[in-house]
Amino acid sequence: MTNHWIDIKNADVILIMGSNAAENHPISMKWVMKAREKGAKLIVADPRFTRTAAKADIYAPLRSGTDIAFLGGMIKYILDNRLYFREYVVNYTNAAYLVNPEFKGPGELKGLFSGYDKKARKYDKKTWSFQIDEKGLPKKDPSLKDPNCVFQLMRKHYSRYTLDKVSSITGTPREKLIEVYNAYASTGKPNRVGTELYAMGWTQHTVGTQNIRAMSMIQLLLGNMGLAGGGVNALRGESNVQGSTDHGILFHILPGYLPVPSATVVDLKTYNEKFTPKTKDPKSVNWWGNRPKYITSYLKAIYGSNATKENDFGYAWLPKLDEGQNGSWLVLFDQMFKGKFEGFFAWGQNPACSGANAGKVRKALAKLKWMVNVNLFDNETGSFWKGPDVNPKDIQTEVFQLPAASSVEKEGSITNSGRLAQWRYKAIEPIGQSKPDSEIMNELYFRVKKLYQKQGGKFPAPVLNLTWNYGAKRPDGKIIKFDIHKVAKEINGYYLDDLFDKKAVPPKQIGKKGHLATNFVTLQADGTTSCGNWLYSGSYTMKDSKAVNMMARRGKKDIRGLGMYPEWGWCWPVNRRIIYNRASVDLNGKPWDPKRAVIRWNPNKLDPKTKKTAPGWDGDVPDGPAPPMADAKAGKYPFIMRADGMGSLFGPGLADGPFPEHYEALECPVQENPMSKQRINPTIKLFYGVTGAHDMPVQGSGSEADIFFSCDIRYPYVATTYRVSEHWQTGVLTRHESWQLEMMPQQFVEISKELAAEKGIKNGDKVTVSSGRGKVWAIAFVTERFKPFKVAGSTVHQVGLPWCFGWQYPEDGSSGDSANLLTPTVGDANTMIPETKAFMVNVEKA
Amino acid sequence: MARKSLIISPELCIGCRGCQTACKEWNQLSGVKTKNTGTVENPPDLTPNLYNKIRYVEIPSDANPVRWLFVSQRCMHCDDAGCMKICPAPGALFKTKEGAVAFNKDKCIGCKLCVAGCPFDVPRYDEKDKVSKCHMCSDRISEGLAPACAKVCPTGAISYGDRDSMMGKTKGTGYQKLYGEADLGGLGVLYAFKDAPKVYGMEEHPAIPEAVVFWHKVLKPLAYWGIGGAVAASLLHYIAFGPKKDGEVK
Repeated sequence: MTNHWIDIKNADVILIMGSNAAENHPISMKWVMKAREKGAKLIVADPRFTRTAAKADIYAPLRSGTDIAFLGGMIKYILDNRLYFREYVVNYTNAAYLVNPEFKGPGELKGLFSGYDKKARKYDKKTWSFQIDEKGLPKKDPSLKDPNCVFQLMRKHYSRYTLDKVSSITGTPREKLIEVYNAYASTGKPNRVGTELYAMGWTQHTVGTQNIRAMSMIQLLLGNMGLAGGGVNALRGESNVQGSTDHGILFHILPGYLPVPSATVVDLKTYNEKFTPKTKDPKSVNWWGNRPKYITSYLKAIYGSNATKENDFGYAWLPKLDEGQNGSWLVLFDQMFKGKFEGFFAWGQNPACSGANAGKVRKALAKLKWMVNVNLFDNETGSFWKGPDVNPKDIQTEVFQLPAASSVEKEGSITNSGRLAQWRYKAIEPIGQSKPDSEIMNELYFRVKKLYQKQGGKFPAPVLNLTWNYGAKRPDGKIIKFDIHKVAKEINGYYLDDLFDKKAVPPKQIGKKGHLATNFVTLQADGTTSCGNWLYSGSYTMKDSKAVNMMARRGKKDIRGLGMYPEWGWCWPVNRRIIYNRASVDLNGKPWDPKRAVIRWNPNKLDPKTKKTAPGWDGDVPDGPAPPMADAKAGKYPFIMRADGMGSLFGPGLADGPFPEHYEALECPVQENPMSKQRINPTIKLFYGVTGAHDMPVQGSGSEADIFFSCDIRYPYVATTYRVSEHWQTGVLTRHESWQLEMMPQQFVEISKELAAEKGIKNGDKVTVSSGRGKVWAIAFVTERFKPFKVAGSTVHQVGLPWCFGWQYPEDGSSGDSANLLTPTVGDANTMIPETKAFMVNVEKA
Repeated sequence: MARKSLIISPELCIGCRGCQTACKEWNQLSGVKTKNTGTVENPPDLTPNLYNKIRYVEIPSDANPVRWLFVSQRCMHCDDAGCMKICPAPGALFKTKEGAVAFNKDKCIGCKLCVAGCPFDVPRYDEKDKVSKCHMCSDRISEGLAPACAKVCPTGAISYGDRDSMMGKTKGTGYQKLYGEADLGGLGVLYAFKDAPKVYGMEEHPAIPEAVVFWHKVLKPLAYWGIGGAVAASLLHYIAFGPKKDGEVK
């Protein structure tokens, strides 16, 4: 979230699209309801009339996988009707930048942007660049009239997204589109703010990243970024998904969103050159310019005194990717399926049910020599060898079950969607032999290290040089009692030497050797500081020479009733509750909306210590202390994480285009993309292979497990998957719980009355849902909540089913199995997140 | 002590059913094996192990595919409680000082007259033939805590507090009249309905069956003339309602 949960209450308009907040994030609705009490409008756009939609002031149905068309239409509506916030757009976004005149968009190139390499399925982004002036800065036209400026190119690009075209793609009635656009665009005024809540309904598509970018563009156009009640807000699927992402759970990022290097990035100098953005604009803060400090401090945190200037701070020990290697979920399981792995840790997950194309995942597990399943319960993954259609005699995989402690049986921090880290305490001792994850890792580390010490091995240095100072040790080096606070402190970082601000005269001490770091502003690139994750620097710090766990704070003081509660827990970065908050004020530092002032420049601010006037910001922790942008000497641009300091309406960083463009899902119900000749996202990785005018799969060009069928009479209905309030993820926690199971006992599929009549299916009938990859049985919910869509002149039916069930529990098999047996092996062009929210199935009476 | 009550606001309810789980957790009620019968609503009805449930009501809508309402169903804790009126076993059903209608299984004689006496079809009988129903978490409210359902409700769709002040507060958010304000001496569970009660599947004017009033006023006093409670109950059940039928008690 750019904002946070409570902040939803400050919005005038709330758009919930790509999320079923009421069912999957019930607490969010507390704040939605509070906003509505004050007169806010709730808009819900979803293929299905959900429990969230039941609360909406405006509900708009749309066919799964057509969000960019829907949002592109909104961009056109905002531009055509001049509903954008001009002052914000001109000053805080790259709308005025002039783009390379050779840049061409999909309107000119049959659905492609300029620079497409068909063979490599990749863009050469040379033309996606800005015109640069003699000072090395982008050329601008603040009047926004130059035909090559971002604003005009955006207008041209979205001129194709007419109401009729959008309606024919999405199936949303034209008048509903207008109603939604009109209501949401009403927030383009300084005193009106709109927020957006999304989740997997936006990310799990081959155009997932661009779905979110389209919304970010809308929020920039309407001036909703950085304001209380605004932002683009990802509702994370688990209580600590934000924390795990921050701490490097993904294959391509180290903790704190530092890129994982490939093998060609040979040393730290090359790393810093490659990954440190530069700007020649003195008004741009370019915060990522600090990258060298963060990576060096990270290396010092993990390799400690073994990391020295002489050995490049141990950079060579960091794991590297092969050049171009992708280690995302789909690729991992594809490699496993191809027998490329010996072993696998399934830690706190159940891929046999949660993984896209779960049938392939289950087959892949059988190729392993060993698997370790760390979980609270045995699950369909740990017991895959006795699953449906599997003969245990045929399976050679050795499976180890390590029982893990639940969240109430251990201490530590969790970081919620609003970037708020809160400390949790242990309520009860772990049951039986179960252990907290940290202790399981501690045991593993100790044993693995011992093996490396005894046997050598291929590359022992990364393990042998690791710091592991999480408690007092026995003579053999094993930690007696693992102290999770020591981990939190390591993440926060330490001063490894006395630190001075040498610019001050006389030099002023900013850090004392051995003390916890104050925040990331004081981190250094010379090895004198350590920090496990720069974003969390300041979360466990010193006060009066004593360590203070900021995440354990429970202060209830608020700022002007905005629900920021700056003394409750601790929020990254530097306890900033709303990021990009410098965009919430005008060029002089006055809030766009004084009633919802997040920050405000105070020229008469008193320094509490010296009692002297020291102009500064009031309110939330600002995005940098610099004076407002209008200050000719020291003013700064608001979007400090961008090298140019501007919100990107034109975003050349993504793989699939600088403007979001509608492409159909890999499996879709139409022969042709109504928007262009390019049916699917041209830059997605295809596991099965395609050819021909309509991107039809070629038999035998890939594994049968990855087969797909688009616009194929055998699988005529659009399908999507979802969760329900009553079950947690794949249901491993909730299917064991009879209270939850009695409410949602069995797999179901929601289908419209119209489709049910066509297929002779009655409410409550058992039906079979099948795709090219597999099939599941389900109980039919024949319902008004799904309606057929009118798409490109034809009727398109959509169905939906949850993925919370599995064959193992309940033991009598009465629940059915996971909907992921149906979903395809294909992912987003940028993130590779699987496309489980739009695919094609058939439904038949069982 | 000021009378306590729950106010249910279907407009705020998101149908998450945290209340169903919290109730079971606090009251340690076991889950039951159910089947999916083509609706989200499950278990299908109140049982001795299910004190409160959300009813999912679908009604036609002009603007949307359907209007979907989520309505909490449970004991209404009537001031003039039909169940208590008819109950021949002293202390089996009783009013707490907060105004909740609670029960004492040890004193229940299993006559099931309360089932007939309830205008809302609430009391259920457990496997030992003892009365079972929502008691407004009488063991929580006596300690000054909110009932489990109200405590867990994320949106404030179930709120708990002093009846009068809460009524005033809820009316202040745009409700002219609350359901149950005056019926049956005033219900302990009030509903903030935007439309007519029947839209939400509720009786417009809930009332205690005539026969119960008759029993209470005329027959119950007779019972004290020396006939044992259980015998009197079955006898009088016969007089008042006719022979017991299978399926009468859910």
